Amino acid sequence: MLEVRGVRKAYGETVAIADLSFRVEAAEFVCIVGPSGCGKTTLMKCISGLLATSAGEVILHGERITAPPPQMALVFQEYGRSLFPWMSVRQNVIFPLRRKGLPAPEQRRLSEESLEAVGLTGFADHYPWQLSGGMQQRVAIARALAYQPEILLMDEPFASVDAQTRADLEDLLLRVWQEFKVTVLFVTHDIDESIYLADRVLVLAPRPTRVQESISVAIARPRDQVETKGLPQFGELRARIYNLIRRQDGDGGARPKGSAPDGF
Amino acid sequence: MQAVLPVAALAAWGLWSARADNFFFPPLGDILATFKETWVFSRFGSDALPSLERVAAGYGSAVLLGVGGGLLIGSSPVVRRLTDPIVEFLRAVPPPALIPFAIALLGIGGSMRVFVIATGCVWPILLNTVDGVRGLDPTLVETARVYGIRGWDRLRAVTLPAASPRIFAGLRLALSLALILMVISEMEGSTNGIGFFILQSQRSFAIPEMWSGILLLGLLGFLVNAAFVVCERRLLRWHRSAFQSVLEAPEAAPA
Repeated sequence: MLEVRGVRKAYGETVAIADLSFRVEAAEFVCIVGPSGCGKTTLMKCISGLLATSAGEVILHGERITAPPPQMALVFQEYGRSLFPWMSVRQNVIFPLRRKGLPAPEQRRLSEESLEAVGLTGFADHYPWQLSGGMQQRVAIARALAYQPEILLMDEPFASVDAQTRADLEDLLLRVWQEFKVTVLFVTHDIDESIYLADRVLVLAPRPTRVQESISVAIARPRDQVETKGLPQFGELRARIYNLIRRQDGDGGARPKGSAPDGF
Repeated sequence: MQAVLPVAALAAWGLWSARADNFFFPPLGDILATFKETWVFSRFGSDALPSLERVAAGYGSAVLLGVGGGLLIGSSPVVRRLTDPIVEFLRAVPPPALIPFAIALLGIGGSMRVFVIATGCVWPILLNTVDGVRGLDPTLVETARVYGIRGWDRLRAVTLPAASPRIFAGLRLALSLALILMVISEMEGSTNGIGFFILQSQRSFAIPEMWSGILLLGLLGFLVNAAFVVCERRLLRWHRSAFQSVLEAPEAAPA
Protein backbone atom coordinates (compact mmCIF):
# COMPACT_ATOMS: atom_id res chain seq x y z
CA MET A 1 0.00 0.00 0.00
CA LEU A 2 2.94 2.33 0.67
CA GLU A 3 5.77 2.43 -1.79
CA VAL A 4 8.97 4.40 -1.43
CA ARG A 5 10.70 4.64 -4.80
CA GLY A 6 14.22 5.90 -5.17
CA VAL A 7 13.84 8.63 -2.59
CA ARG A 8 16.78 10.97 -2.31
CA LYS A 9 17.12 13.96 -0.04
CA ALA A 10 20.02 16.35 -0.21
CA TYR A 11 20.66 19.61 1.60
CA GLY A 12 22.88 21.45 -0.84
CA GLU A 13 26.02 19.33 -1.13
CA THR A 14 25.17 17.04 1.74
CA VAL A 15 23.25 13.93 0.82
CA ALA A 16 21.08 12.82 3.74
CA ILE A 17 19.32 9.99 1.91
CA ALA A 18 21.00 8.53 -1.15
CA ASP A 19 18.51 6.23 -2.80
CA LEU A 20 15.88 4.54 -0.74
CA SER A 21 13.28 2.08 -1.97
CA PHE A 22 10.98 -0.27 -0.10
CA ARG A 23 7.35 -1.31 0.16
CA VAL A 24 5.01 -1.69 3.08
CA GLU A 25 2.00 -3.98 2.71
CA ALA A 26 -1.41 -3.33 4.26
CA ALA A 27 -1.66 -4.28 7.95
CA GLU A 28 2.06 -4.94 8.08
CA PHE A 29 4.23 -3.79 10.99
CA VAL A 30 7.56 -2.63 9.59
CA CYS A 31 10.42 -1.27 11.67
CA ILE A 32 13.29 0.77 10.32
CA VAL A 33 16.54 0.56 12.29
CA GLY A 34 19.74 2.31 11.58
CA PRO A 35 22.64 3.97 13.32
CA SER A 36 21.90 7.34 14.85
CA GLY A 37 22.30 10.22 12.43
CA CYS A 38 21.49 8.13 9.38
CA GLY A 39 18.57 10.31 8.38
CA LYS A 40 15.69 8.36 9.88
CA THR A 41 13.77 11.47 10.86
CA THR A 42 14.40 13.04 7.46
CA LEU A 43 13.04 9.88 5.88
CA MET A 44 9.89 9.98 8.00
CA LYS A 45 9.32 13.59 7.05
CA CYS A 46 9.74 12.77 3.38
CA ILE A 47 7.29 9.88 3.62
CA SER A 48 4.70 11.92 5.48
CA GLY A 49 4.91 14.74 2.97
CA LEU A 50 6.28 17.26 5.49
CA LEU A 51 9.49 17.52 3.47
CA ALA A 52 9.79 17.50 -0.28
CA THR A 53 12.13 14.83 -1.67
CA SER A 54 15.04 15.80 -3.91
CA ALA A 55 14.33 12.85 -6.19
CA GLY A 56 12.10 9.79 -6.21
CA GLU A 57 8.58 9.51 -4.89
CA VAL A 58 6.43 8.15 -2.13
CA ILE A 59 3.24 6.48 -3.26
CA LEU A 60 0.28 5.69 -1.04
CA HIS A 61 -2.49 3.67 -2.68
CA GLY A 62 -1.22 4.63 -6.10
CA GLU A 63 -1.16 8.34 -5.32
CA ARG A 64 1.96 10.36 -5.00
CA ILE A 65 2.39 12.08 -1.63
CA THR A 66 3.15 15.80 -1.85
CA ALA A 67 1.55 16.95 1.41
CA PRO A 68 0.46 15.04 4.53
CA PRO A 69 -2.46 12.89 3.31
CA PRO A 70 -5.58 12.33 5.43
CA GLN A 71 -5.00 8.55 5.52
CA MET A 72 -1.76 9.00 7.42
CA ALA A 73 -0.93 9.90 11.02
CA LEU A 74 2.48 10.59 12.49
CA VAL A 75 3.55 10.14 16.10
CA PHE A 76 6.60 12.19 17.05
CA GLN A 77 9.28 11.39 19.58
CA GLU A 78 8.73 14.68 21.37
CA TYR A 79 5.27 13.98 22.78
CA GLY A 80 5.61 17.00 25.06
CA ARG A 81 5.91 19.34 22.10
CA SER A 82 3.51 17.61 19.78
CA LEU A 83 0.47 17.81 22.08
CA PHE A 84 -1.30 21.15 22.41
CA PRO A 85 -0.83 22.16 26.06
CA TRP A 86 -3.81 24.55 26.02
CA MET A 87 -6.18 21.76 25.05
CA SER A 88 -7.49 19.01 27.28
CA VAL A 89 -6.68 15.42 26.39
CA ARG A 90 -10.07 15.04 24.71
CA GLN A 91 -9.68 18.27 22.73
CA ASN A 92 -6.25 17.15 21.59
CA VAL A 93 -7.72 13.92 20.26
CA ILE A 94 -10.81 15.49 18.70
CA PHE A 95 -9.26 18.56 17.12
CA PRO A 96 -7.66 16.86 14.09
CA LEU A 97 -10.99 15.17 13.31
CA ARG A 98 -12.37 18.47 12.07
CA ARG A 99 -10.54 17.86 8.83
CA LYS A 100 -12.52 14.67 8.35
CA GLY A 101 -15.84 16.51 8.52
CA LEU A 102 -17.39 14.02 10.90
CA PRO A 103 -20.49 14.90 12.95
CA ALA A 104 -19.81 15.82 16.58
CA PRO A 105 -21.21 12.63 18.16
CA GLU A 106 -19.03 10.55 15.85
CA GLN A 107 -15.97 12.60 16.79
CA ARG A 108 -16.74 12.06 20.41
CA ARG A 109 -17.23 8.34 19.95
CA LEU A 110 -13.89 8.01 18.14
CA SER A 111 -12.06 9.93 20.83
CA GLU A 112 -13.59 7.84 23.61
CA GLU A 113 -12.83 4.63 21.77
CA SER A 114 -9.20 5.51 21.15
CA LEU A 115 -8.64 6.86 24.67
CA GLU A 116 -10.07 3.63 26.02
CA ALA A 117 -7.73 1.63 23.79
CA VAL A 118 -4.71 3.36 25.32
CA GLY A 119 -6.12 3.11 28.85
CA LEU A 120 -6.78 6.81 29.41
CA THR A 121 -10.57 6.80 29.73
CA GLY A 122 -10.55 8.66 33.03
CA PHE A 123 -8.14 11.33 31.84
CA ALA A 124 -10.09 12.94 28.99
CA ASP A 125 -10.52 16.21 30.88
CA HIS A 126 -6.94 16.40 32.11
CA TYR A 127 -4.34 18.55 30.41
CA PRO A 128 -1.24 16.98 28.87
CA TRP A 129 1.08 18.59 31.41
CA GLN A 130 -0.83 16.91 34.22
CA LEU A 131 0.22 13.52 32.85
CA SER A 132 3.49 11.57 32.94
CA GLY A 133 5.63 11.24 29.82
CA GLY A 134 4.36 7.76 29.05
CA MET A 135 0.75 8.89 29.40
CA GLN A 136 1.38 11.88 27.15
CA GLN A 137 2.72 9.59 24.45
CA ARG A 138 -0.41 7.44 24.89
CA VAL A 139 -2.48 10.58 24.24
CA ALA A 140 -0.48 11.14 21.05
CA ILE A 141 -1.16 7.53 20.04
CA ALA A 142 -4.86 7.90 20.84
CA ARG A 143 -4.99 11.05 18.73
CA ALA A 144 -3.38 9.19 15.83
CA LEU A 145 -5.80 6.25 16.19
CA ALA A 146 -8.90 8.44 16.39
CA TYR A 147 -7.80 10.00 13.12
CA GLN A 148 -8.42 6.57 11.57
CA PRO A 149 -5.28 6.43 9.46
CA GLU A 150 -4.57 3.54 7.17
CA ILE A 151 -0.91 3.94 7.93
CA LEU A 152 0.63 5.11 11.16
CA LEU A 153 4.16 6.51 11.04
CA MET A 154 6.08 6.55 14.29
CA ASP A 155 9.38 8.37 14.65
CA GLU A 156 11.26 6.91 17.63
CA PRO A 157 8.12 7.36 19.71
CA PHE A 158 9.41 5.60 22.82
CA ALA A 159 12.96 6.94 22.83
CA SER A 160 12.43 9.42 25.64
CA VAL A 161 10.55 7.35 28.23
CA ASP A 162 12.00 5.05 30.88
CA ALA A 163 12.56 1.34 30.23
CA GLN A 164 9.51 0.00 32.05
CA THR A 165 7.16 2.53 30.42
CA ARG A 166 8.74 1.73 27.11
CA ALA A 167 7.99 -2.00 27.43
CA ASP A 168 4.39 -1.18 28.40
CA LEU A 169 4.00 1.16 25.44
CA GLU A 170 5.40 -1.47 23.06
CA ASP A 171 2.81 -3.99 24.23
CA LEU A 172 0.09 -1.38 24.04
CA LEU A 173 1.09 -0.52 20.49
CA LEU A 174 1.02 -4.18 19.40
CA ARG A 175 -2.45 -4.52 20.92
CA VAL A 176 -3.93 -1.46 19.20
CA TRP A 177 -2.19 -2.34 15.94
CA GLN A 178 -4.18 -5.57 15.84
CA GLU A 179 -7.35 -4.05 17.24
CA PHE A 180 -7.43 -1.14 14.78
CA LYS A 181 -5.95 -3.12 11.85
CA VAL A 182 -3.67 -0.27 10.90
CA THR A 183 -0.39 -0.46 8.99
CA VAL A 184 2.58 0.71 11.05
CA LEU A 185 5.93 2.06 9.92
CA PHE A 186 8.06 2.47 13.01
CA VAL A 187 11.49 4.07 13.19
CA THR A 188 13.84 3.21 16.05
CA HIS A 189 17.53 2.92 16.83
CA ASP A 190 16.84 0.13 19.32
CA ILE A 191 17.45 -3.28 17.69
CA ASP A 192 15.54 -5.25 20.35
CA GLU A 193 12.55 -2.99 20.00
CA SER A 194 12.50 -3.40 16.25
CA ILE A 195 12.57 -7.21 16.41
CA TYR A 196 10.03 -7.37 19.21
CA LEU A 197 7.50 -5.25 17.34
CA ALA A 198 7.96 -5.92 13.67
CA ASP A 199 6.90 -8.35 10.98
CA ARG A 200 9.86 -7.09 9.02
CA VAL A 201 12.90 -5.00 9.90
CA LEU A 202 14.57 -2.72 7.37
CA VAL A 203 18.20 -2.12 8.27
CA LEU A 204 19.55 1.17 6.98
CA ALA A 205 23.11 1.92 6.07
CA PRO A 206 24.57 5.18 7.40
CA ARG A 207 24.79 8.35 5.31
CA PRO A 208 24.24 8.46 2.51
CA THR A 209 21.31 6.39 3.66
CA ARG A 210 19.95 3.39 1.80
CA VAL A 211 18.25 0.13 2.76
CA GLN A 212 20.91 -2.43 3.50
CA GLU A 213 18.73 -5.42 4.19
CA SER A 214 15.13 -6.35 4.79
CA ILE A 215 14.80 -9.02 7.47
CA SER A 216 11.57 -10.93 8.15
CA VAL A 217 10.80 -11.60 11.78
CA ALA A 218 9.05 -14.98 11.84
CA ILE A 219 8.35 -14.97 15.56
CA ALA A 220 4.81 -15.98 16.51
CA ARG A 221 2.38 -13.48 18.02
CA PRO A 222 1.26 -12.59 20.60
CA ARG A 223 4.71 -11.75 21.78
CA ASP A 224 5.85 -11.42 25.34
CA GLN A 225 8.54 -9.11 26.70
CA VAL A 226 10.29 -11.91 28.61
CA GLU A 227 9.56 -15.05 26.59
CA THR A 228 9.96 -13.60 23.10
CA LYS A 229 13.19 -11.84 23.94
CA GLY A 230 14.51 -15.11 25.42
CA LEU A 231 13.92 -17.14 22.24
CA PRO A 232 17.04 -18.36 20.38
CA GLN A 233 15.49 -16.96 17.20
CA PHE A 234 15.36 -13.52 18.81
CA GLY A 235 19.02 -13.75 19.76
CA GLU A 236 20.00 -14.76 16.24
CA LEU A 237 18.12 -11.86 14.68
CA ARG A 238 19.61 -9.44 17.15
CA ALA A 239 23.14 -10.65 16.38
CA ARG A 240 22.49 -10.43 12.67
CA ILE A 241 21.15 -6.88 12.74
CA TYR A 242 23.77 -5.80 15.23
CA ASN A 243 26.54 -7.07 12.95
CA LEU A 244 25.02 -5.29 9.98
CA ILE A 245 24.98 -1.99 11.81
CA ARG A 246 28.40 -2.46 13.40
CA ARG A 247 29.98 -3.39 10.12
CA GLN A 248 28.76 -0.12 8.65
CA ASP A 249 30.16 1.82 11.54
CA GLY A 250 33.46 -0.02 11.15
CA ASP A 251 34.15 0.62 7.48
CA GLY A 252 35.74 4.00 7.12
CA GLY A 253 33.72 5.33 10.02
CA ALA A 254 33.98 8.86 8.71
CA ARG A 255 30.44 10.12 8.84
CA PRO A 256 29.89 13.80 8.25
CA LYS A 257 29.12 15.34 11.59
CA GLY A 258 26.29 17.81 11.95
CA SER A 259 26.35 18.44 8.25
CA ALA A 260 22.63 18.35 7.76
CA PRO A 261 19.69 18.71 10.09
CA ASP A 262 18.48 15.33 11.23
CA GLY A 263 15.50 15.73 13.42
CA PHE A 264 14.86 18.77 15.48
CA MET B 1 2.95 41.03 54.92
CA GLN B 2 2.98 42.86 51.60
CA ALA B 3 0.77 45.61 53.01
CA VAL B 4 3.21 46.60 55.77
CA LEU B 5 5.49 48.83 53.76
CA PRO B 6 2.80 50.74 51.82
CA VAL B 7 0.85 51.38 55.04
CA ALA B 8 4.01 52.56 56.78
CA ALA B 9 4.88 54.84 53.88
CA LEU B 10 1.39 56.28 53.86
CA ALA B 11 1.52 56.87 57.62
CA ALA B 12 4.92 58.54 57.34
CA TRP B 13 3.66 60.79 54.56
CA GLY B 14 0.57 61.63 56.63
CA LEU B 15 2.61 62.50 59.73
CA TRP B 16 5.26 64.46 57.87
CA SER B 17 2.88 66.43 55.64
CA ALA B 18 0.63 67.34 58.59
CA ARG B 19 3.51 69.24 60.21
CA ALA B 20 5.45 70.33 57.16
CA ASP B 21 3.31 73.39 56.48
CA ASN B 22 4.57 73.32 52.90
CA PHE B 23 2.37 74.76 50.15
CA PHE B 24 3.43 72.13 47.63
CA PHE B 25 2.95 69.24 50.04
CA PRO B 26 -0.42 69.82 51.71
CA PRO B 27 -1.41 67.52 54.60
CA LEU B 28 -2.40 64.06 53.45
CA GLY B 29 -5.70 64.49 55.24
CA ASP B 30 -6.52 67.49 53.04
CA ILE B 31 -5.61 65.56 49.91
CA LEU B 32 -7.82 62.65 50.93
CA ALA B 33 -10.70 64.97 51.75
CA THR B 34 -10.27 66.68 48.39
CA PHE B 35 -10.05 63.29 46.71
CA LYS B 36 -13.38 62.32 48.24
CA GLU B 37 -15.02 65.62 47.27
CA THR B 38 -13.65 65.54 43.75
CA TRP B 39 -13.72 61.93 42.65
CA VAL B 40 -16.54 60.42 44.73
CA PHE B 41 -18.19 61.22 42.41
CA SER B 42 -18.69 64.86 41.43
CA ARG B 43 -15.99 65.00 38.72
CA PHE B 44 -15.73 61.28 38.09
CA GLY B 45 -18.22 61.44 35.25
CA SER B 46 -16.85 64.64 33.75
CA ASP B 47 -13.10 63.87 33.92
CA ALA B 48 -12.27 60.30 34.95
CA LEU B 49 -14.79 58.63 32.67
CA PRO B 50 -13.69 60.40 29.45
CA SER B 51 -10.10 59.46 30.27
CA LEU B 52 -11.01 55.83 30.78
CA GLU B 53 -13.01 55.79 27.55
CA ARG B 54 -10.01 57.12 25.63
CA VAL B 55 -7.73 54.52 27.15
CA ALA B 56 -10.22 51.77 26.33
CA ALA B 57 -10.66 52.92 22.73
CA GLY B 58 -6.96 53.56 22.11
CA TYR B 59 -5.73 50.42 23.81
CA GLY B 60 -8.47 48.34 22.20
CA SER B 61 -7.55 49.48 18.70
CA ALA B 62 -3.87 48.88 19.48
CA VAL B 63 -4.67 45.32 20.57
CA LEU B 64 -6.65 44.59 17.41
CA LEU B 65 -4.06 46.16 15.12
CA GLY B 66 -1.05 44.81 16.99
CA VAL B 67 -2.23 41.22 17.33
CA GLY B 68 -3.76 41.12 13.86
CA GLY B 69 -0.76 42.70 12.17
CA GLY B 70 1.64 40.65 14.28
CA LEU B 71 -0.01 37.39 13.23
CA LEU B 72 0.18 38.44 9.61
CA ILE B 73 3.79 39.59 9.75
CA GLY B 74 4.94 36.70 11.93
CA SER B 75 3.39 34.03 9.71
CA SER B 76 5.07 35.14 6.52
CA PRO B 77 8.84 35.61 6.16
CA VAL B 78 8.25 37.69 3.03
CA VAL B 79 5.89 40.13 4.73
CA ARG B 80 8.30 40.28 7.64
CA ARG B 81 11.25 41.22 5.50
CA LEU B 82 9.19 43.83 3.71
CA THR B 83 7.78 45.47 6.81
CA ASP B 84 10.80 45.16 9.08
CA PRO B 85 12.45 48.54 8.27
CA ILE B 86 9.18 50.44 8.51
CA VAL B 87 8.26 48.84 11.81
CA GLU B 88 11.72 49.46 13.24
CA PHE B 89 11.51 53.12 12.28
CA LEU B 90 7.99 53.75 13.49
CA ARG B 91 8.49 52.06 16.84
CA ALA B 92 11.53 54.26 17.45
CA VAL B 93 9.44 57.44 17.20
CA PRO B 94 8.47 58.54 20.74
CA PRO B 95 4.65 58.57 20.69
CA PRO B 96 4.21 62.05 22.27
CA ALA B 97 6.08 63.43 19.26
CA LEU B 98 3.00 62.54 17.25
CA ILE B 99 0.71 64.82 19.27
CA PRO B 100 1.27 67.93 17.09
CA PHE B 101 0.67 65.83 14.00
CA ALA B 102 -2.42 64.27 15.55
CA ILE B 103 -3.78 67.70 16.41
CA ALA B 104 -3.21 68.89 12.85
CA LEU B 105 -4.88 65.77 11.53
CA LEU B 106 -7.75 65.26 13.94
CA GLY B 107 -8.09 68.52 15.84
CA ILE B 108 -8.01 68.69 19.62
CA GLY B 109 -10.95 66.41 20.30
CA GLY B 110 -11.10 62.99 21.86
CA SER B 111 -10.19 61.17 18.66
CA MET B 112 -6.76 62.82 18.64
CA ARG B 113 -6.08 61.39 22.10
CA VAL B 114 -7.35 57.95 21.12
CA PHE B 115 -5.07 58.11 18.10
CA VAL B 116 -2.01 58.99 20.21
CA ILE B 117 -2.71 56.18 22.67
CA ALA B 118 -3.29 53.65 19.88
CA THR B 119 -0.20 54.56 17.86
CA GLY B 120 1.95 54.42 20.98
CA CYS B 121 0.61 51.12 22.28
CA VAL B 122 0.53 49.19 19.04
CA TRP B 123 4.31 48.58 18.79
CA PRO B 124 5.04 46.49 21.86
CA ILE B 125 1.97 44.39 21.04
CA LEU B 126 2.89 44.02 17.38
CA LEU B 127 6.54 43.17 17.99
CA ASN B 128 5.80 40.66 20.72
CA THR B 129 3.13 38.99 18.59
CA VAL B 130 5.57 38.70 15.69
CA ASP B 131 8.18 37.15 17.99
CA GLY B 132 5.62 34.79 19.49
CA VAL B 133 4.49 33.57 16.08
CA ARG B 134 8.04 33.19 14.82
CA GLY B 135 9.05 31.27 17.91
CA LEU B 136 6.41 28.60 17.36
CA ASP B 137 7.74 25.14 18.16
CA PRO B 138 8.48 23.35 14.85
CA THR B 139 7.09 20.09 16.23
CA LEU B 140 3.81 21.84 16.94
CA VAL B 141 3.73 23.28 13.44
CA GLU B 142 4.45 19.87 11.92
CA THR B 143 1.79 18.24 14.05
CA ALA B 144 -0.72 20.74 12.72
CA ARG B 145 0.40 20.03 9.16
CA VAL B 146 0.22 16.25 9.56
CA TYR B 147 -3.35 16.52 10.79
CA GLY B 148 -4.32 18.96 8.08
CA ILE B 149 -5.05 21.80 10.50
CA ARG B 150 -4.85 24.96 8.45
CA GLY B 151 -6.34 28.35 7.74
CA TRP B 152 -8.56 29.85 10.35
CA ASP B 153 -8.50 26.71 12.54
CA ARG B 154 -4.76 26.80 12.69
CA LEU B 155 -4.63 30.51 13.44
CA ARG B 156 -7.26 30.33 16.15
CA ALA B 157 -6.40 27.06 17.83
CA VAL B 158 -2.66 26.65 17.26
CA THR B 159 -0.81 29.84 16.34
CA LEU B 160 -2.67 32.25 18.60
CA PRO B 161 -2.54 30.17 21.80
CA ALA B 162 1.07 29.12 21.17
CA ALA B 163 2.08 32.77 20.78
CA SER B 164 -0.12 34.03 23.61
CA PRO B 165 2.53 34.09 26.37
CA ARG B 166 4.55 36.53 24.27
CA ILE B 167 1.46 38.45 23.21
CA PHE B 168 0.53 38.97 26.83
CA ALA B 169 3.99 40.32 27.60
CA GLY B 170 3.35 42.95 24.91
CA LEU B 171 -0.17 43.67 26.11
CA ARG B 172 1.13 44.33 29.57
CA LEU B 173 3.81 46.76 28.42
CA ALA B 174 1.27 48.54 26.26
CA LEU B 175 -1.18 48.89 29.13
CA SER B 176 1.12 51.06 31.26
CA LEU B 177 2.02 52.97 28.12
CA ALA B 178 -1.68 53.63 27.47
CA LEU B 179 -2.12 55.36 30.83
CA ILE B 180 0.99 57.46 30.32
CA LEU B 181 -0.10 58.56 26.87
CA MET B 182 -3.58 59.30 28.11
CA VAL B 183 -2.22 61.79 30.65
CA ILE B 184 0.23 63.37 28.23
CA SER B 185 -2.33 63.76 25.46
CA GLU B 186 -4.83 65.29 27.87
CA MET B 187 -2.38 67.98 28.90
CA GLU B 188 -2.52 69.40 25.39
CA GLY B 189 -5.51 71.46 24.36
CA SER B 190 -8.00 69.48 26.37
CA THR B 191 -11.17 70.47 28.17
CA ASN B 192 -11.62 67.43 30.34
CA GLY B 193 -9.87 64.28 31.53
CA ILE B 194 -7.65 63.43 34.46
CA GLY B 195 -4.51 64.81 32.79
CA PHE B 196 -6.35 68.06 32.07
CA PHE B 197 -7.61 68.20 35.63
CA ILE B 198 -4.14 67.80 37.12
CA LEU B 199 -2.66 70.50 34.91
CA GLN B 200 -5.63 72.82 35.46
CA SER B 201 -5.43 72.40 39.25
CA GLN B 202 -1.74 73.15 39.25
CA ARG B 203 -2.26 76.28 37.16
CA SER B 204 -4.93 77.55 39.55
CA PHE B 205 -2.79 76.70 42.58
CA ALA B 206 -5.27 74.10 43.74
CA ILE B 207 -2.49 71.87 45.00
CA PRO B 208 -4.62 69.38 46.99
CA GLU B 209 -6.78 68.92 43.86
CA MET B 210 -3.67 68.32 41.78
CA TRP B 211 -2.49 65.70 44.26
CA SER B 212 -5.91 64.06 44.30
CA GLY B 213 -5.67 63.63 40.51
CA ILE B 214 -2.23 62.06 40.80
CA LEU B 215 -3.55 59.76 43.51
CA LEU B 216 -6.45 58.76 41.27
CA LEU B 217 -4.05 57.94 38.43
CA GLY B 218 -1.96 55.75 40.67
CA LEU B 219 -5.06 54.02 41.91
CA LEU B 220 -6.44 53.48 38.41
CA GLY B 221 -3.11 52.14 37.17
CA PHE B 222 -3.00 49.72 40.05
CA LEU B 223 -6.57 48.49 39.49
CA VAL B 224 -6.25 48.17 35.72
CA ASN B 225 -3.06 46.21 36.12
CA ALA B 226 -4.61 43.96 38.74
CA ALA B 227 -7.54 43.22 36.43
CA PHE B 228 -5.07 42.46 33.65
CA VAL B 229 -3.15 40.02 35.82
CA VAL B 230 -6.37 38.19 36.70
CA CYS B 231 -7.19 37.78 33.00
CA GLU B 232 -3.67 36.70 32.16
CA ARG B 233 -3.58 34.10 34.92
CA ARG B 234 -6.82 32.62 33.76
CA LEU B 235 -5.96 32.54 30.06
CA LEU B 236 -2.38 31.37 30.47
CA ARG B 237 -3.04 28.83 33.19
CA TRP B 238 -1.86 26.05 30.87
CA HIS B 239 1.38 27.90 30.23
CA ARG B 240 2.32 28.42 33.86
CA SER B 241 1.34 24.88 34.78
CA ALA B 242 3.15 23.30 31.85
CA PHE B 243 6.23 25.32 32.70
CA GLN B 244 6.06 24.36 36.34
CA SER B 245 5.55 20.68 35.60
CA VAL B 246 8.73 20.74 33.51
CA LEU B 247 10.64 22.33 36.37
CA GLU B 248 9.27 19.94 38.95
CA ALA B 249 9.59 16.79 36.89
CA PRO B 250 12.81 15.46 38.47
CA GLU B 251 11.46 15.95 41.98
CA ALA B 252 8.09 14.45 41.18
CA ALA B 253 9.54 10.97 40.71
CA PRO B 254 9.02 9.01 43.93
CA ALA B 255 12.23 7.67 45.44
